[in-house]
Amino acid sequence: MHELSIAQALVQQVSEALEGSVPCRVTWVRLRIGAFSGVATEALAFCFEVVTRDTLLEGSTLEIESIPVAIRCERCQREVELPEAPPLRCPICDTPSAAIVRGKELEVESIEVEDQKIPRMEQH
Amino acid sequence: MTPRIVELRQGLLKKNDQIAASLRLRFRDAGLFVVNLVSSPGTGKTLLLERTLSALKARGGRPAALVGDLETDRDAQRLARSGVPVRQIQTHGICHLDADMVARHLDAWNLSSLDVLFIENVGNLVCTSSYDLGESCRVALLSVTEGEDKPLKYPGIYNSADAVVLTKIDLAEICEFDRDAAHTHLFDVRPGVRLIETSAKTGEGMEDWLAFLDDRHQAHRSATAP
Ligand SMILES: [Zn+2]
Repeated sequence: MHELSIAQALVQQVSEALEGSVPCRVTWVRLRIGAFSGVATEALAFCFEVVTRDTLLEGSTLEIESIPVAIRCERCQREVELPEAPPLRCPICDTPSAAIVRGKELEVESIEVEDQKIPRMEQH
Repeated sequence: MTPRIVELRQGLLKKNDQIAASLRLRFRDAGLFVVNLVSSPGTGKTLLLERTLSALKARGGRPAALVGDLETDRDAQRLARSGVPVRQIQTHGICHLDADMVARHLDAWNLSSLDVLFIENVGNLVCTSSYDLGESCRVALLSVTEGEDKPLKYPGIYNSADAVVLTKIDLAEICEFDRDAAHTHLFDVRPGVRLIETSAKTGEGMEDWLAFLDDRHQAHRSATAP
């Protein structure tokens, strides 16, 4: 199950992006996952829970935007979205096309971060 | 406190892709043609590779193989009998090879002394599809014993393949393998993909497979020539 490796990469990338900034915690994580990316979103969500424990991302909400497959149809001379894929065939003219223009995404889009107040030391 | 939004817009496999890109340069500089072989377990990948290595060596080639395996080195031992350099990558339970694992196992080899490197990926059709290994060519296997609809179940890997090798065709009749259905399903996920029918056992189709490798190797050489 490579969703575990992917979730680990996500935690690492987010942590690196926040390195050197003020103390904070991540509250929201937005991913874009293509239908042809080979990643099972449920498995990824499960692994996310596990690998974010004791990290800046602990307790954050994982939001996954699923990107449907779109191909370039040479016959129609345009990009067409496929509500169901496979088959990689134009839903308008039925021409097969291997030219996938969307649907293989495996990306972290953005995160939401809450900065934490640095507690003042009490003066005695 | 209002949260702030940090735009990242980066690939989750960015690190793997970077290592794969540097591997690709390294392979190019060494004039090495690299084939990533992916399949489910039990498709006859090791036998196909064993026969391929022997055939290439017999023709004066300088092939080598990196073999990904979860725990054992059985496949590597078997391939080493062909007398070509073979190294094993033990993934310790990880279900795919990544570019970093490949990079770490190349160190002892003088890449310029080789001409073709086969990377036998871990037997898995899901996870292997996401990881670029810096290969020149990705070949997915499909065995006649697996059922014709396999490409529909694993569209990602068959879609990303440069060619598909149909294995164990000597068993096609016994398994009542439906060639047309297999073609249709394969073309549903990868229209126009090259399909090569082989039996490593009887040798049938091996010439086609070797000719395909030669063609791609030649094309790769002209494309990457300085
Ligand atoms: Zn069309």
